[in-house]
Amino acid sequence: MPKIKLIEHDGTEHEIDGEVGKSLMRNAVDNNVPGIDADCGGECACATCHVFVDDEWLPRTGAPSEEETRLLGFAATLQPNSRLSCQILLDETLNGLVVRLPEAQH
Amino acid sequence: MNVAANIDHETLARTLPLDQFDPGNPKLFQDDVWMPYFARLRQEDPVHYCKESRFGPYWSVTKYKDIMTVETSHTTYSSESALGGISIVDRPVEFRRPSFISMDPPKHDEHRKVVQPIVAPGNLAKLEQIIRERTCSVLDSLPRNETFNWVDLVSIELTTRMLATLFDFPFEDRRKLTYWSDVATADVNAGGPINSEEKRTEVLQECLQYFTRLWEERANAAPGSDLVSMLAHGPATRNLSPKEFLGTLTLLIVGGNDTTRNSMSAGLWFLHQNPAEFAKLRENPALVDTMVPEIIRYHTPLSHMRRTAVQDAELNGKTIRKGDKVVMWYISGNRDADAIENPDTFIIDRKRPRQHLSFGFGLHRCVGNRLAELQLRILWEEILKRFERIEVMGPPQRIYSAFVHGISELPVRIPG
Ligand code: HEM
Repeated sequence: MPKIKLIEHDGTEHEIDGEVGKSLMRNAVDNNVPGIDADCGGECACATCHVFVDDEWLPRTGAPSEEETRLLGFAATLQPNSRLSCQILLDETLNGLVVRLPEAQH
Repeated sequence: MNVAANIDHETLARTLPLDQFDPGNPKLFQDDVWMPYFARLRQEDPVHYCKESRFGPYWSVTKYKDIMTVETSHTTYSSESALGGISIVDRPVEFRRPSFISMDPPKHDEHRKVVQPIVAPGNLAKLEQIIRERTCSVLDSLPRNETFNWVDLVSIELTTRMLATLFDFPFEDRRKLTYWSDVATADVNAGGPINSEEKRTEVLQECLQYFTRLWEERANAAPGSDLVSMLAHGPATRNLSPKEFLGTLTLLIVGGNDTTRNSMSAGLWFLHQNPAEFAKLRENPALVDTMVPEIIRYHTPLSHMRRTAVQDAELNGKTIRKGDKVVMWYISGNRDADAIENPDTFIIDRKRPRQHLSFGFGLHRCVGNRLAELQLRILWEEILKRFERIEVMGPPQRIYSAFVHGISELPVRIPG
């Protein structure tokens, strides 16, 4: 089980035991991590599961698709390390992954 | 589908042959009898073709999942205004007012990015302060012990003040915004003063002139944080043609007005009809947070959005042809039991209250969704602090439209 750390905007840390084969978003929501709204339920159809992936992990989380990039482009809090967490599928190589949450989802 | 006033809609909806269904008939929404018709469609013909109607032939997509598919397939289902745009009504070409809601990528994306900063978290935090002050002053000035129209004194007044704030619009003229918004969306068959596209255009010319003046002022000043200034200085929007400028203005005026207004009216009506939920809310005012998205789901302020197929496609077993008009009935998808538990019940403490279609999904998903929620949250927080009782004196009057799910009157009385 990969261990994942999610850090809220105010610094509060959440460490969860990730379930392989599920998205990072689903893992966060199922563990009641606040700050991930996931309005569309994981369809890459909104941008309310936005996270910032710590730079060292970027090569392993892969590149966003065209549609994900488009939706992220509308986020006021966009950064180069922005991702939609519903599009990151957990596997063992992500053990130790650290992501930070934006001030708000919209 | 001819709908008489005193008909038994449950029976009619169950027995009418499906090929006679015309769910876009605005009367169904005005009389608040749309539910059984959509329930039948979801059950028996979830992607339904209406061969002939006032709006021409059109597909109705009624299930949550299928609506999501259409929303996220913008290379098949286009929003482009030249093809007909985003509502079931095809305006004649000369009367179309393009704006980014009726554009496809890449132009859509460039325009949208210009106005997006208005809803950035930092800006919303600033707006919260202003919205709360204005909400308090509106609520404190309401009459006591007499019947008044909640729509006019609360819903319209608050959303209009909000719009005036977003545009930095002269405050004393703010009701012009309400008027232009109503004119922009009026159904020409509703029997009101806007009974032709010519009349509509005439009135909207005034809107264009007024805003052109504001635009010139702001374009010549340093960039500010209001919407007119953002459009005047934004690289993708500063050279808009008058037609596109008017289109973008009406998008922002209507987008932020009718929808929030009607949620403010509908919420009070739902709580009145569900006294146990109201009691729950009084006991635990923190439930406002989950109640607000539930109001928006349950009411569904925009009944539908429309797309036009630009290639042939399969949708839940039906073949959609290039050029077909495809209507996504959010109001139906929001009552789909395969996606939402007990969908016909108003429940203010749902676990995932934001899982609804009222703001759309995909690249056109509502820009103002969190702003709308913020306005409604503040309204209910302040109501709960002030009024022990709000008596609803009669049922709401609804408007004749298959697009804006609107309430024009809700008589109430506040004792005390
Ligand atoms: C309860 C209130 C509201 C509801 C139900 C609502 C609903 C919607 C819907 C259904 C769409 C189209 C989604 C699609 O085609 O997939 C939309 C788009 C839009 N809304 Fe809202 N809206 C609300 C409030 C607001 C507010 C307050 C604003 C003002 C800032 C706003 C501005 C917009 C804009 C600019 C778009 C176009 C987005 C695009 O095409 O990319 N809306 N809204």
